[in-house]
Amino acid sequence: MRITCPLCGERDRREFYYRGAVLEAPEEGAPLEVWHAHVHLRLNPAGPLEEWWYHQHGCGSWIRVQRDTSNHEMLAAAPAATGEAG
Amino acid sequence: MRFSGWRVLREGLTGNRGWQAHWRDPDPKPEYDAVIIGGGGHGLATAYYLAKDHGMRNIAVLERGYIGGGNVGRNTTIVRANYYLPGNSEFYSHSLKLWEGLEQDLNYNAMMSQRGILNVFHNDAQRDSAVRRANAIINQGDDAEILSRDQLREMVPLLNYDNNRFPIQGALLQRRAGTARHDAVAWGFARGADQRGVDILQNCEVTGIRTEGGKVIGVETPRGLIRAGKVAMAAAGRSSQVAAMAGLTLPIESHVLQAFVSEGLKPIIDHVITFAEGHLYISQSDKGGLVFGSYLDLYASYAARGNLPMVEHTMEACMAMLPAIGKARLLRSWGGIMDMTPDGSPIIDRTPIEGLYLNAGWCYGGFKATPASGQCYAHLIATDRPHQAAAAFRLDRFETGRGLMDEEATGAQHNLH
Repeated sequence: MRITCPLCGERDRREFYYRGAVLEAPEEGAPLEVWHAHVHLRLNPAGPLEEWWYHQHGCGSWIRVQRDTSNHEMLAAAPAATGEAG
Repeated sequence: MRFSGWRVLREGLTGNRGWQAHWRDPDPKPEYDAVIIGGGGHGLATAYYLAKDHGMRNIAVLERGYIGGGNVGRNTTIVRANYYLPGNSEFYSHSLKLWEGLEQDLNYNAMMSQRGILNVFHNDAQRDSAVRRANAIINQGDDAEILSRDQLREMVPLLNYDNNRFPIQGALLQRRAGTARHDAVAWGFARGADQRGVDILQNCEVTGIRTEGGKVIGVETPRGLIRAGKVAMAAAGRSSQVAAMAGLTLPIESHVLQAFVSEGLKPIIDHVITFAEGHLYISQSDKGGLVFGSYLDLYASYAARGNLPMVEHTMEACMAMLPAIGKARLLRSWGGIMDMTPDGSPIIDRTPIEGLYLNAGWCYGGFKATPASGQCYAHLIATDRPHQAAAAFRLDRFETGRGLMDEEATGAQHNLH
């Protein structure tokens, strides 16, 4: 599996650390069930998933990747700061 | 048809023409008392115990592929009861006891082999942890022994005891643990359920779960609507998709775990051996292949195949701990899809929808759980009350925080268990 870092280009998966699905963090005072959903529940799609990867052994940037979990195809990647993978 | 030594002899002398199919291939009825979604080990075991323990025979198991083609055929066949957290511990203890009588119960050769499991440790902290675990296992009535380095060396001289970074200091031994032929377990439960009248419907994918007023009324399939007052999900690896048909979001993330088999070798590994270093576990099948694996690939996946970094890690761990097998060639590898929960422990519970039940979240521990999972789930489905051995596997423990069984002490991290 290779990941296209927006800064470094296509690199080996070994260079990256996986954080998991991109999730919107609730407000600090949000109700318990909202926090429960955020911490524990996952849509867990078998298909395209937006996720955070960290280019640990490369440029050191967090990137937002869209990846198909059913076949590991990389669909898009963008710097985390832009907020969108596409 | 019953299996016996006489039968094998008779068939051998008459050209093996008397063997029959192990289960029927019936058409779905329009309505059942209960429908089980998923014809894996757990789903089939559930049907078997529903029929055997609770007399529910008007039931169907719906499998989208074929029996033995899912995760039940995608594991490393290890059976053990060396857990120590309350909740999990008694459940796996119960499961091992069922395993010990399973072949007689099913009249089916599942090649259950209690060859013992050795959990090798490399340092003082791991030894302390192993001793604590051994004490917990003994306290609940199961067997555990701590072996010193010398005792282990006498038993298994093959290991690399003097690896510079990970010298082997001893092991936790559970003699009653071992392996079972995984697909024979699925076939045995399928046959046992079928003999009691359960319909096993292969190539029959559930495409929808029909509810009415908060109550389940049946499932939709390409072969039409099948009505049932009780619908039980047992689709580990696809639990999130199945539950989503009923509008439920589960505390599960799916990850791929790879396993490997070498070419057939003469007997060299007599036990199941696990190494704390690299999380490697290895055993030798009766056919001679070394069966081994290590960590998850550590990213969400449904691909049923993994990537090279974890292949390399696993081979490196093999070379570090068992350099003698270095010249063995790898025959094949595969990936299984793991329902990873936030605490690394499973769920057997009712859902907010009346008549809809959930059996999911087995992480990478599902195979050894098969008989107990089926028996406890059947108890829940038939009586609407949890079985004592699985009472801790509640769906709401993540929301309430009560009764979490955080096996790896990593907190609410799906992929770190």
